[in-house]
Amino acid sequence: MSQKSFLFSGFGGQGILFAGKFLAYKGLTDGKQVSWLPSYGPEMRGGTASCGVIISDEPVGSPIVTNPDILVAMNLPSLDKYESAVNPGGIIFADSTLIERKVERDDVTVYYIPATKLAGENGIPTLANMVIMGKLLAVLGDNSEEGIAAALGKVISARKAAMYDANYTAMKLGADYE
Amino acid sequence: MVVFDKPHALADVPMHYCPGCTHGIIHRLVAEVLDELGIEGRTIGIAPVGCSVMAYDYFNCDMIEAAHGRAPAVATGVKRADPDKHIVFTYQGDGDLASIGMAETVHAAARNENITVIFVNNAIYGMTGGQMAPTSLPGQVTQTSPYGRDVKHCGFPIRVCEMLSELEGPEYLERVTVNSVKNIRAAKKAIKKAFQNQIEGKGFSLVEVVSSCPTNWGMTPQAALQWIEEKMLPYYPLGVYKDRTAEEAQV
Amino acid sequence: MADKVLMKGNEAIAEAAICAGCRHYFGYPITPQTEIAAYMAKKMPKIGGTFLQAESEVAAINMVYGVSATGHRVMTSSSSPGVSLKAEGLSYMAGADLPALIVNVQRGGPGLGGIQPSQSDYFQATRGGGHGDYRMIVLAPASVQEMASLTVKGFDLADQYRMTTMILADGTMGQMMEPVALDFAENKAPAKDWATTGTDMKRPHNVVNSLYLDPAALERVNFERYERYAYIEEHETMYEEYMMDDAEICVAAFGIAARVSKNAVNEARKQGIKVGLLRPITLWPFPKAPFRAAADRVHSFISVELSMGQMIEDIRLATECKKPVTLCNRAGGIIPSPEQVLEAIQQAAKNGGAK
Repeated sequence: MSQKSFLFSGFGGQGILFAGKFLAYKGLTDGKQVSWLPSYGPEMRGGTASCGVIISDEPVGSPIVTNPDILVAMNLPSLDKYESAVNPGGIIFADSTLIERKVERDDVTVYYIPATKLAGENGIPTLANMVIMGKLLAVLGDNSEEGIAAALGKVISARKAAMYDANYTAMKLGADYE
Repeated sequence: MVVFDKPHALADVPMHYCPGCTHGIIHRLVAEVLDELGIEGRTIGIAPVGCSVMAYDYFNCDMIEAAHGRAPAVATGVKRADPDKHIVFTYQGDGDLASIGMAETVHAAARNENITVIFVNNAIYGMTGGQMAPTSLPGQVTQTSPYGRDVKHCGFPIRVCEMLSELEGPEYLERVTVNSVKNIRAAKKAIKKAFQNQIEGKGFSLVEVVSSCPTNWGMTPQAALQWIEEKMLPYYPLGVYKDRTAEEAQV
Repeated sequence: MADKVLMKGNEAIAEAAICAGCRHYFGYPITPQTEIAAYMAKKMPKIGGTFLQAESEVAAINMVYGVSATGHRVMTSSSSPGVSLKAEGLSYMAGADLPALIVNVQRGGPGLGGIQPSQSDYFQATRGGGHGDYRMIVLAPASVQEMASLTVKGFDLADQYRMTTMILADGTMGQMMEPVALDFAENKAPAKDWATTGTDMKRPHNVVNSLYLDPAALERVNFERYERYAYIEEHETMYEEYMMDDAEICVAAFGIAARVSKNAVNEARKQGIKVGLLRPITLWPFPKAPFRAAADRVHSFISVELSMGQMIEDIRLATECKKPVTLCNRAGGIIPSPEQVLEAIQQAAKNGGAK
């Protein structure tokens, strides 16, 4: 049985919950079992936002992601808080525009992506989350155009079709970043 | 020739009210209005907790018994379930409407909920045996104010019509009484208007009926009617406190 | 089958209620269930329904009482402190035999407590919540799909037995998203000849009432009601068994606790421990029969709860204390981890049923 758990964490307003939702839909359109669980309450108001996503071949047991296989840290407090929680052998994606320090562990793979900078330079300043998503899918080898299109179609309503291209651009930026 | 008969909307059952109680008169006025407007078949009445708790047995229209003070909320549900058909009235006493149910009263009025409220104010809790009500007068002796209502200790009586008249919401607020034939006729007119308003979709219409409680006031029925005149009406003046339609017509 | 969509548990409840023919919702904002109200506020005006934000939980449940008296399907939702306020109305609805769906997305208590997930309203829900002798049907979903399907089922049961059904969820169930299929047949409430919809001058008046001043009459309606409850206990229990066939240890849990426990059971099985999961879906009626049966086979029970131990009492009652029942719990809005449950299982395996 194959199961992967993801934790997305950052400031409220960085699109943390959206990124998680996109990935969950990606799993759903790929025919997997998925769950998405956000943190909720006052901490969402400008503080740290996080959500856990599980993608599995089997029905998901606990939806709570305490020890993620993959951590996406969009700011320093998130890396500080969750670095030690990542499963050994796991992967950390860090937004290096906002996180100046390096990951201290040596039993995980780390990708530093200046997502906020890349997004800003390309006129999509609100989509740093999806820049990292692009890298994440590329690393997982799960970035077929059809798969991404199917998931984007689910999370972006027809009314906001313009956002579709922007999200795709963001993910391409991330995927191409070395 | 029949010159006096029971209104159809009033059930032909004995009532439990004390001798000299004015609930019977007010029930009859409501029933006559249901008859005259031809709405008994589409009316749902909400009974309170208090002396008139068993009003559900006394009207021939469909009836619901509500929890203490909650009649306006229950009426809101009934009305909204079928606003085109249902004519909904609540029948509430002073403890029910102005004490435990004040929030429900104020908010139904603020929403201009299209219902009719018959508010019987006799300045005492009758069913539980004569305790102080939110409308008991300053100095009034009751079982729970045995030395007379001390406003420094337990506050002042609430004038409901005046208070609600400050809200934008309600359509119609009038205070009447039933201590004389003339006043009974005026009371019926007000109650009819309160139902007519609902039929016309105008909104929240409340008629406060200043009433007596000979048993718990410790008076003869005659003296109680006199007490309304001398003590109650100076504190609770009769009159129309709000009539949006009339006010708008004047402008 | 309809396409699966990702939905929050709270939204799934709201959409399923609409599928079930509910067109009236009354509520008051409280975390973590406000998505239900928000969803209804958006949807109801578009389908000719009623959404009304009441002035209080007390008013909301009494608006529910009013709509229910007219025979229409109606619901309210809240979280723990708000449900306490609704308790008066729940008792009156029981006394007047009125159906409705009540949702409690639980948070930590007592008092204002916290806003994180909890299961500490189990007693309140399964014992009725308000004053007097009465029961509510209590359904405990453990997935977003069940949030939806048990909502539909809840309306049906409420109408069938003329009583309130409560969905007893928790903050996790309300906030999490999972794929859900909303392919329910449109339900219509059955005819209700007792409803107060106006006599149309064609029948004697209907009265919706819970007052019986004659104690003999009040006793009679109580006995009748409990005959109905006995029938429900006989026919309407729902539960899920997971790896119980050869289990020597039975983990009992509902809602989110069952999800966590399933992870622990899987892990323990890998270690060769014969453990299974018994998940009540109806908390009232409590599925006594599978617990009784399990008590003959397993050497011990573990009750996993987000409370100080409430369901554990029903397990002991159902099994007549034949086998030891231990508690594995967190409280105050904290969810037990699979590791904590696994440790409890390992401990039980070591004890081997010794009291």
